[in-house]
Amino acid sequence: MTLLLEADHLYRHYGKRCAVNDVSFTLSRGEVLGFLGPNGAGKTTTLQMLCGLLAPDTGTIKINGIDLLSHPKLAKQSLGYLPDTPPLYKDLTVQEFLRYCGQLHGMAKPQIARAITQAQDRCGLQEATHRLIGQLSKGFQQRLGIAQAILHNPDVIILDEPTVGLDPLQIREIRALIRELGQGHGVILSTHILSEVQESCTHVQIIHQGQLILRENVAGLNQQLEAGSLEVTTRLAADLSVLAAIPGVTRIKPLTDLRLQIHYRTSDNPKQKITETIMARGWGLQELTPIKKSMEDIFISLTQDDAP
Amino acid sequence: MILTIAIREFKALFLSPVAWSLLAVLQFILAYLFLKQVETFMVLQPKLAAIPNSPGLTDIVVPPLFGNAAIILLLAVPLLTMRLIAEERRNKTLPLLLSAPLTNAEIILGKFLGCLGLLVIVIGLVTAMPLSLLLGGELDFGKLSANVLALLMLVSALTATGLYLSCITQHPVVAGIGSFGLSLVLWLLDTGSQMRDHRNEWLEYLSLLRHFQNLQSGLINSVDVVYFLVFISGFLLLSIRSLDKLRWQK
Repeated sequence: MTLLLEADHLYRHYGKRCAVNDVSFTLSRGEVLGFLGPNGAGKTTTLQMLCGLLAPDTGTIKINGIDLLSHPKLAKQSLGYLPDTPPLYKDLTVQEFLRYCGQLHGMAKPQIARAITQAQDRCGLQEATHRLIGQLSKGFQQRLGIAQAILHNPDVIILDEPTVGLDPLQIREIRALIRELGQGHGVILSTHILSEVQESCTHVQIIHQGQLILRENVAGLNQQLEAGSLEVTTRLAADLSVLAAIPGVTRIKPLTDLRLQIHYRTSDNPKQKITETIMARGWGLQELTPIKKSMEDIFISLTQDDAP
Repeated sequence: MILTIAIREFKALFLSPVAWSLLAVLQFILAYLFLKQVETFMVLQPKLAAIPNSPGLTDIVVPPLFGNAAIILLLAVPLLTMRLIAEERRNKTLPLLLSAPLTNAEIILGKFLGCLGLLVIVIGLVTAMPLSLLLGGELDFGKLSANVLALLMLVSALTATGLYLSCITQHPVVAGIGSFGLSLVLWLLDTGSQMRDHRNEWLEYLSLLRHFQNLQSGLINSVDVVYFLVFISGFLLLSIRSLDKLRWQK
């Protein structure tokens, strides 16, 4: 796998506030990296730094092995970017706009015509070719924004909240498009919707208050989803080693002497076994509460400052 | 790449009614002033014929026409330049240019040349008026081209000023007011220099008007040309710098 993008120890301050704090990551060809975080977490700032719109206070960014800060022009050639507001000129038609974008990236004329047709096909813009951008609906404008980012077939595609303002059907199309793009390119997309990451990404990265708090592939994330946990209260102190030996139990965390948090794999579902064991040993089961662990929970537990 | 941006900028002016209305209004006012000068010449002609070495048709018609054009353009150029960068920032379209493989110098020069393109048309139309006198008279082409050069230099300087002010604010109107104010101050600097008995040469030297009039008189002095070139490149460099600075904004 070729390494397309390397970000190394990025810092960025706005005045005294630290918007991005020591963020490092890499992106390889074939990866779709979901950048997940609540609003104001530093997603957009990070993406803007990757595109050369903002300079990091310290840190380096390499695109395709070329340093973005010392050779911006060369590095930006392999970059396609959709900002959070699609950068569209409302007085141009779709075709004129895409042609201008192609020219800005130094494409030759016949190449542009082919690229425009392809980008329009991919983003479902064929019917809008000759319409003025100012008259397009929000969904079409968003799709044109994506078309603009992929027009010149860049190695790295950076999409800032690409599905905002689209209807559910369009969202499905765009997610499919992103998956397709991910096969031949490296894609980074930012979002605050968790299911979006699950559906279209291969990797996920959670950012909170400017810091990366999780880097995982989606399989790993789903594994985390498979993990469930129980809170068990007994009358007498339980023998942890006995409980830990039950198949499916992954970890036991004593909260107090009598209260335990038991993590388990949902596939093995050891709930019944746990209950039986506690009863059989006479520890006196007082309470057994399943703790639901959805992706939202993972997200919240990771992003809350005083996470348990 | 510079040309791509310049052409887009030039076309954008004509896509909205901006360019058309500007050309129409300017042409209307200047045509009126031109006819007035021609009329003046007709009245003076009998008297002038008696004086040896008297000013000719070109002297009476061309410098006042170009002088008036300069003053009107002083008002009009900020209206054109104010949206160059400020509007892109306001509409959030600037990232398109900034994330494309372009240097900031290319963006600034493209914007500058695109806007200047329209102003060259204005100058062309202004020049066409005295040229129409060729139907029934003769013109001093040396003097006419000196005036065209003077107006071109001035307009480029005003465009560069306006472009810079458009870079440093997100509000096109603020950029317009700012560049109009700055151009007017630079234009009028030398009036202040005459208030005392001794002339303030520095103020006089900095004034746009002084250098414009020097060129207009038909005396193409390299000092005046260099003044304008330094002025233009100075503001273009400032624009490039301020575009750079956007990346460091706090």
